Amino acid sequence: MPEIDLGVTPLRELNSALHRLTPETNERHWVIDNPAGRHAIAAGLDVPVTVEINGPVGYYCAGMNKLASVHIHGSAGVGVAENMMSGFVHVSGDASQAAGATGRGGLLRIDGNASSRCGISMKGIDIVVKGSVGHMSAFMAQAGNLVVFGDAGDSLGDSIYEARLFVRGSVKSLGADCIEKEMRDDHKAAVHDVLTRAGFNGEIDPSEFKRYGSARKLYNFNVDHAGEY
Amino acid sequence: MCGIVGLFLKDPSLEPKLGRLTAGMLATMSDRGPDSAGFAIYGAGEAGQTKLTLRGTSPLAMEDRAAEIEGAFPGAQTTLHDTHAVIAVPDQEVEALVKWLEREAPEIEIVGRGNRMEIFKEVGLPETVAERFGLGTMRGTHAIGHTRMATESAVTTDGAHPYSTGRDQCLVHNGSLSNHNNLRRALKREGLKFETENDTEVAAGYLTWRMREGLSLGDALEVSLEDLDGFYTFVVGTENGFGVLRDGIACKPAVMAETDKYVAFGSEYRVLADLPGIEQARVWEPEPATVYFWER
Repeated sequence: MPEIDLGVTPLRELNSALHRLTPETNERHWVIDNPAGRHAIAAGLDVPVTVEINGPVGYYCAGMNKLASVHIHGSAGVGVAENMMSGFVHVSGDASQAAGATGRGGLLRIDGNASSRCGISMKGIDIVVKGSVGHMSAFMAQAGNLVVFGDAGDSLGDSIYEARLFVRGSVKSLGADCIEKEMRDDHKAAVHDVLTRAGFNGEIDPSEFKRYGSARKLYNFNVDHAGEY
Repeated sequence: MCGIVGLFLKDPSLEPKLGRLTAGMLATMSDRGPDSAGFAIYGAGEAGQTKLTLRGTSPLAMEDRAAEIEGAFPGAQTTLHDTHAVIAVPDQEVEALVKWLEREAPEIEIVGRGNRMEIFKEVGLPETVAERFGLGTMRGTHAIGHTRMATESAVTTDGAHPYSTGRDQCLVHNGSLSNHNNLRRALKREGLKFETENDTEVAAGYLTWRMREGLSLGDALEVSLEDLDGFYTFVVGTENGFGVLRDGIACKPAVMAETDKYVAFGSEYRVLADLPGIEQARVWEPEPATVYFWER
């Protein structure tokens, strides 16, 4: 089990070693100590290995992740798991702005709060936030599920396409063209599925969440909606 | 881009280390702002004395001017720091000294004045700038630093932060204001003077004007949300206080940490990583359009 101390090993050396891994590698569990908020730790992984990071990370940690499981035992800076393709990223602390931005697949779980623009332009990723999310979350979100146990800040789901937003607490305000929608059985099943994959074993009741999504009025330009922009 | 650091001590036992901790934080922010750097530090002050921080054209020229000042003002105590000098004079001699400087030494810039505040700023890598001024050995209760990547005006020392907003008050800024030209014209009509084309100087002037009109710093920051257009994270220092304000969409990054010994600000968490006891600190992102202020 490789153990890397980033106070000793240069970050580029670590990331190069991770990028050289092949799907057949026997080094399947990496432990990284002393991250000290450095940027782009374990970004660009594309093999099914587990990476544990003990401490707070900087920008773009586990960005573009594919197949790997990345566990951050601490807080994460801007853009954690941005553009994730598949795999699992778990932040035990808080996440800064734009967590899971543009993600196309995989699952991002944040145990603390996520700051503004969580899930901005998400394109298929599933995001579970145990705390609250900041303003402009799920801005222009296209596909995937955002599940928030706490509250959402201003302008949730502004200019949203077909992503599904589930919030258990309050929503400070909804963005343009985002509306509350009926929580049907298939939506409860979808929340249950996401929560199960995120490691929750039935302790959260999906029916406690409200669903938000697109009113689909901004898809085509309509002069009567100019005020919505 | 730009980087901001700030450290406000609650525990006097850390005061001898303020300069060293701030220098480390500034150096970490080099890659957010390699063009110039500056810092304000709140050290010892004597009742009845005012400190003027002056910036000369070179260390030698500053040394010569400092000697002339001591000749003309026998009560003045000068401390040289590279291109800067801190001149402490009795309060009643300040105006005479300012007039003397305007007349006899027009190349000298007054970068700050106050009972406790000293301001130093220069072009160059932050680590080098901190070393030139000897920040590492300075002590005090709080300090604010800035590393600049220039976008709105040229890479000059005039464009370096912090900007003084009044006696013992200063401001650093990450971001860019889009209505600074209009606002500068409006403030000029109110009698304020501007030395540069820099947008941050306008923000500093705006706060000076609001406080001159009777608002507290906290209230001045509150109304600035209406009048300043653009992206900004501000960190401000006063004689006994330390404040933070981000624009309404929180465009520019900010992380804070608080323990029972200090409050710290960084543009990125990396800035805070070496502070004592950071593992146990409360670390959070300041909310948009919310004024934070600490005093001791």
